[in-house]
Amino acid sequence: MTVTQAAPPPVASDTGPAKTQTRAPRRKPGGNNGRKWLEIALFAGPALLVFISFVIVPVALAAVYSLYNWNGLGPLDRFIGLDNYVRAFSDPLFIKAIGNNATIVIASILVQGPLAIAVALLLNRRMRGRGLIRALIFVPYVLAEVIAGLSWKLLLSPRGGINAILEGIGLGHLAKPWLADPDTALWVMFGILTWKYLGFAILLMLAGLQGVPEELHEAAAIDGASWWQTQWRITLPLLGPTIRIWIFLSMIGSLQLFDMVWVTTKGGPVGATNTMAVYMIQYGQGQYGYGSAIAVILFVISLIVALVYQRFAMRRDLAGAITSGVR
Amino acid sequence: MNRSRITRVAAVGAASALALGLAACSSDGGGDNDNGDSVTITWWHNATSDPLQGIYEEVAAEFEAENPGVKVEVTGYQNEDLQRTLIPNALQSGDAPDIFMVWPGGEVRSQAEAGHLMDLTEVASESIEAMGASVAPWTVEGKVYAIPYAFGAAGIWYNQELFDEAGIEGTPETLSELEDAVAALKAIDVEPIAVGAGDLWPAGHWWYQFAVASCPADVLETAIPEHDFTDPCWIEAGERLQEWIAVEPFNNGFLATPAQTGADSSNGLIANQTAAMEFMGPWNAGTIGSLTEDGEVPEWLGWFPFPSVDGASGDPGAIMGGGDGFGLSADAPDEAVDLLKYIVSEDVQRRFAESGAGVPTHPAAADALTDPNLQASAAALSEATYVQLWIDSALGPAFGAPLNQAVVNIFAGSGTPQDVVTALEQTAASQ
Repeated sequence: MTVTQAAPPPVASDTGPAKTQTRAPRRKPGGNNGRKWLEIALFAGPALLVFISFVIVPVALAAVYSLYNWNGLGPLDRFIGLDNYVRAFSDPLFIKAIGNNATIVIASILVQGPLAIAVALLLNRRMRGRGLIRALIFVPYVLAEVIAGLSWKLLLSPRGGINAILEGIGLGHLAKPWLADPDTALWVMFGILTWKYLGFAILLMLAGLQGVPEELHEAAAIDGASWWQTQWRITLPLLGPTIRIWIFLSMIGSLQLFDMVWVTTKGGPVGATNTMAVYMIQYGQGQYGYGSAIAVILFVISLIVALVYQRFAMRRDLAGAITSGVR
Repeated sequence: MNRSRITRVAAVGAASALALGLAACSSDGGGDNDNGDSVTITWWHNATSDPLQGIYEEVAAEFEAENPGVKVEVTGYQNEDLQRTLIPNALQSGDAPDIFMVWPGGEVRSQAEAGHLMDLTEVASESIEAMGASVAPWTVEGKVYAIPYAFGAAGIWYNQELFDEAGIEGTPETLSELEDAVAALKAIDVEPIAVGAGDLWPAGHWWYQFAVASCPADVLETAIPEHDFTDPCWIEAGERLQEWIAVEPFNNGFLATPAQTGADSSNGLIANQTAAMEFMGPWNAGTIGSLTEDGEVPEWLGWFPFPSVDGASGDPGAIMGGGDGFGLSADAPDEAVDLLKYIVSEDVQRRFAESGAGVPTHPAAADALTDPNLQASAAALSEATYVQLWIDSALGPAFGAPLNQAVVNIFAGSGTPQDVVTALEQTAASQ
């Protein structure tokens, strides 16, 4: 029967079973640990090497350069301490750029977030043409930044399409040089950014909505909850992790905003749409020490925002990953 | 050893090699040293379209034919990429091209001071002598570090058809005549003057021009290299600009208008006949031409020197302009010196003039110019009593953004003439 068929375990080598049994436990703690570290080193090593050479070292070098007056040519030999930082924080244009970044961070969250959730809720229902609408909403996000920026720039120019449409429908008095007016340029820019990035937010929210179990809606319906109550008490709380990660991505994107501004206005008019990254490119020209100081300020602001946000808003989502030990 | 472990180790090894390769990727290249008989000369310039690109390729081929064993690798890059990224990086990494464009004023000064450029004063003395005074902007403390092949004046490019339509006779010679022309153009519903203030520097040029009109030549000559802006003429420049802006001569939405990109740029407004005038450098015919429907320079495009500014305290014969020159890296081979001499020789300069790509620097090549606008520009230069290089170039790359931004603030009505001087002084203090 089965008992007879269960032969003693085959031994590959000529070492007896007794020997292997005594050796194995001895080898395990030392040998396996060493092997574990070897594997970690071999697997993480290459990625770590790339990360250190292309992220950590440049960040550290920028911090070093920022303490020098350096035009990018010749040796680093004019140490000026924190003068570059003092200069940055006493330049009204840079302060304005920080303010613009902050405005875009807050406006993005307040405007794009609710808008994206609303559209996602709408698109999550079964309706005719849903696939087409989803695809269309995502088109601006897929479009290359430079192409989108140039198109908007042409549309919004004084002789552009938007003004032509306004004049065509008898609203000529509303026509204006949209991006050339320092009072409105930032809001026009924000409109373009919303158009460009709303699709991404909606897609993220739609993905989050897939994770809300249908049973909960059914249970709520049985208990007599209205549609609004269901959304407010079930969908939104369960969408929480998605909303929080979107806010995180949106904040970091807004802080590092560069390409759309560079293509449409170069930070103008009169600094109205300037951001920290645009300022860094414009004023770092020929003074790489100063440009590095701006880069470090941008890095530190982004890092603080990211850490604070992760510490307080995302700790439940990331429990065990970054915030282990934090309770 | 078991097999899976071997493959694992191999995979990790390959990945590490890739990472090391990435980390070390900056150290390849080179090959500009003369090993044996053959020498390769690398040559970087900013011509990305014909006729100039074609001329350079021809010159390289001719030089190769005349010098067996010499290979010339000639590449044209987009101007700003070349000036702001490629050349500074190449110089700093110690792997510079042998012959490359060197921008006059502040840039040649900082590159020469860092020891990246070859002193040409002795090795190319004949070529330098032939060029005359036009090498001055590339001279640092008496030593010449690059030889220009083109130098042109700034002036007003205008639409002759629109001028006729508006009934403007001749071209304005004083600022008040220019003001009359602006009024006449407004009367026929044409934007009088296009300015790409969105790119900052085109607005900056207006202030530079008013500074050239307001400051005597001796002040310009000493103040710029010494960064001394105490003379009242620097304030006067801003005040005269303010008075001029009050005339409202510029296109609608000029604060967001770019200079050279698209139909709504200042170049585009000239090309599609929406605006009649633009104050620009010698390259403008080409950039306007690239925005017309047929891609040709329009026949109605004319040029006249900037009008004299009534009552200004500067030198009325002073003119502003800029040019392009070539220099050599400090360790370039002798063959590169010969190539440079050939590029700026009378023969090549005449072909350059005939092509209409720009105003040549070799005096003997000036009569080969066929384009009437370039002829006018060359004539204005030869009559000038003082030639001022673009003020931002003359000051150096760090000054561009703060200076031009301060000027644009005047255009926007939010800045004052004093703000421009303050921006200059603050930038100078940080140097």
